[in-house]
Amino acid sequence: MTQSAKQFFDEMQAYGGNVRAIYQAYQRWLANVPTQQLVAKRAEAEVLFRRVGITFNVYGEEDGAERLIPFDVIPRMISASEWAHLSTGAVQRVRALNLFLHDIYHDQEIIKAGIVPQNILTNSQYRPEMVGVDVPNKVYAHVAGIDLVRTSESQFYVLEDNLRTPSGVSYMLEDRKMMMRLFPDLFRQYPIAPVEHYPQVLLNNLRSVAQTGITDPTVVLMSPGAYNSAYFEHAFLAQQMGIELVEGQDLFVRNNAVYMRTTQGPKRVDVIYRRIDDDYLDPLVFKPDSMLGVPGLLSVYRNGGVTLANAVGTGVADDKATYIYVPEMIKFYLGETPILQNVPTYQLSKADDLAYVLAHLAELVVKEVQGSGGYGMLVGPTASHQEIEEFRLRIVSKPDNYIAQPTLALSTCPTLVDQGIAPRHVDLRPFVLSGKSVSVVPGGLSRVALKEGSLVVNSSQGGGTKDTWVLERDDIGQTASQHQDASQFINKEVVC
Amino acid sequence: MLSRTADNLYWMARYIERAENVARVLDVTYNMSLLPSDSSNEHDLWNAVLEIAGIRHIFDSTYPTINATNVIKHLVMDSHNPSSIYSTLRSARENARAVRVAMTVETWENMNTLWLEFGQYIKQDLTQSGLGEFCEWVKSRSHLFRGVCFGTMLRDDAFNFVRLGTFMERADNTARLLDVKYEVLIPQQAANDGAVDYYEWSAVLRSVSAFQAYQKVYSDAIDPVKVSELLVLRQDMPRSLHACYAEIMPILRQVAGARQTEAERLAGQTHATLHYGRMLDILKDGLHTFLDDFILANRRLGDEIQRSFLNATV
Repeated sequence: MTQSAKQFFDEMQAYGGNVRAIYQAYQRWLANVPTQQLVAKRAEAEVLFRRVGITFNVYGEEDGAERLIPFDVIPRMISASEWAHLSTGAVQRVRALNLFLHDIYHDQEIIKAGIVPQNILTNSQYRPEMVGVDVPNKVYAHVAGIDLVRTSESQFYVLEDNLRTPSGVSYMLEDRKMMMRLFPDLFRQYPIAPVEHYPQVLLNNLRSVAQTGITDPTVVLMSPGAYNSAYFEHAFLAQQMGIELVEGQDLFVRNNAVYMRTTQGPKRVDVIYRRIDDDYLDPLVFKPDSMLGVPGLLSVYRNGGVTLANAVGTGVADDKATYIYVPEMIKFYLGETPILQNVPTYQLSKADDLAYVLAHLAELVVKEVQGSGGYGMLVGPTASHQEIEEFRLRIVSKPDNYIAQPTLALSTCPTLVDQGIAPRHVDLRPFVLSGKSVSVVPGGLSRVALKEGSLVVNSSQGGGTKDTWVLERDDIGQTASQHQDASQFINKEVVC
Repeated sequence: MLSRTADNLYWMARYIERAENVARVLDVTYNMSLLPSDSSNEHDLWNAVLEIAGIRHIFDSTYPTINATNVIKHLVMDSHNPSSIYSTLRSARENARAVRVAMTVETWENMNTLWLEFGQYIKQDLTQSGLGEFCEWVKSRSHLFRGVCFGTMLRDDAFNFVRLGTFMERADNTARLLDVKYEVLIPQQAANDGAVDYYEWSAVLRSVSAFQAYQKVYSDAIDPVKVSELLVLRQDMPRSLHACYAEIMPILRQVAGARQTEAERLAGQTHATLHYGRMLDILKDGLHTFLDDFILANRRLGDEIQRSFLNATV
């Protein structure tokens, strides 16, 4: 299924017509920069990233196991008004998800109300160990990465919520630092919202979720160790926050408290920002062969002797099966209308959904609930009339067996590739922080699929990253471009 | 600070120092080998290098003969030799990587750059050419490492454990160098009607950057006893045993905090023999005996540091 570039919304050029207002000044600047210069800047960035050691590990590779995630020098911009929409939407979502997590491990009102089905309690990510456990401030997802995609000027969708140990924020910070170093002039022209305070906000939040009565909590970051693929990020964040980077072997449990081994003897730990999965936290409760965890940690945690961020058991809220209920959760817990939309998923067991899907078969992807490997699947846009009509009969005879989703046309952003500058698909992960309040730093991780036509942005699949510019004002595009025009005019005069 | 972090910092510094000392001995030995001499000398010369590094047994299990090519190969890029420059730099960088949080950005970048640059060197065949330049590079990287630590790190325990590693390793390395050379050269001297081998002894001095210092302090012909005094007892000679222990003492006091530690007592004992000792007395029992005792005491102190600070258990 190939589609020409014009069918996709482009962050810079919309549908190939006029350059969007916020990109105008940048586009003019870009038009005057030779591609070789961009290539040279990218090479410079690579040298610097390698020197700083911003690498991720590839499992199972002996030598040269440390790789750089490709960095693209062309930024992805988000206007002030777009950001207002996205950030309030993401905050709203995380507020609801935290309330859901508290509910599902306590009174389970949402099940009683018939909004979320009872069988969520048998989900493998549901942790019975957490039932009745009270966590400080009722915060479960202290750090949440909300993956967003855009399909048109006004349409954003939430692809998934990452509530376990979301990563990538170090790229948001390091990509920004790199862009400021490579293109300082652009930062004078554009009112780009700063992101550098992220570690401070995170630290304040972590301190605020220590157990009551602790005035000066000791916060640590717990990592699986130097061979973990995200180790750079763990080290980076610990350093930025000025806290110890610990591994399981550095911690031990005694008298319902967690201590770290120091050169001066044991030191009490109050908050653990852990970047290690639930399964590996405590060999006494979860995987017994885990060498990464701390025996007894969960028992201390459940008794309120230490805070874990994120909490244990958040996986039940970001699971694919739970995702479809998030808009309902927002209405149920907050009494608000969801600001951000899920990718519409039609459950054909519902009469309304069935009617809609049958009327729009040519636009949708219809999948068998239990199907896999492309069997029993209809791709509307590429199917023949006859195929559609045959499939229609199968749906009607057994509607419960099917779900349907639209084919998502991810937006593209100009990207420097081998052939020059070309549109490539992007997504966006802002990081939502919960402590005393819920907030989001203006920016995020923009991932870009470097392969032409590819919609897969994951770094393990050859995806790269871009700096994300959230603008503080939207009018600046035009004013800045006027300045830019004037200076270009002067330059031309000199050259002539 | 975390015991594991202290451990990584301490060993990072030890490995860097070890790499530097191996490079120093290789460099000087290589220059010696360029002097005209009979061919039987090549074996003795390069054997001494293996003895100083304490890796004769590992070498023998891999190489049939002791000659320049084999020893250089073994000590520069052999990944099976834990004392090779390749192994020590890799260990230093691995330790650094595990605790980059505890270091300044400059310190980490310096370690990382060192490893990236080393990748360029190991592509060359250093047994044929370029060994001198390579050894210079190792030395200057080690100088840079100490400089960047000294110039950028907060004077806290992280800094203390880095320094502790440097001086513990250096004391061991200087003692081994002197021990091996003394044992080889003194009998030769006796066989040679007491004539001192100027080139051999000046090479010993050069390998610890002490040639100029010797001239300045003694303004005299090179005498093995004075060389020994310079490298053992002189506190103002930065690679001497005394100088190392003069650094180690206050560091151990600081990292112990309010505690009384066995490490401090052991270090104090050794420091006293260096601080109040006389060359005359040392030579009565023989320098070899003294240095053997010293190397053993230094190792015991290393074990104690490991036990009470770096592997601190509950």
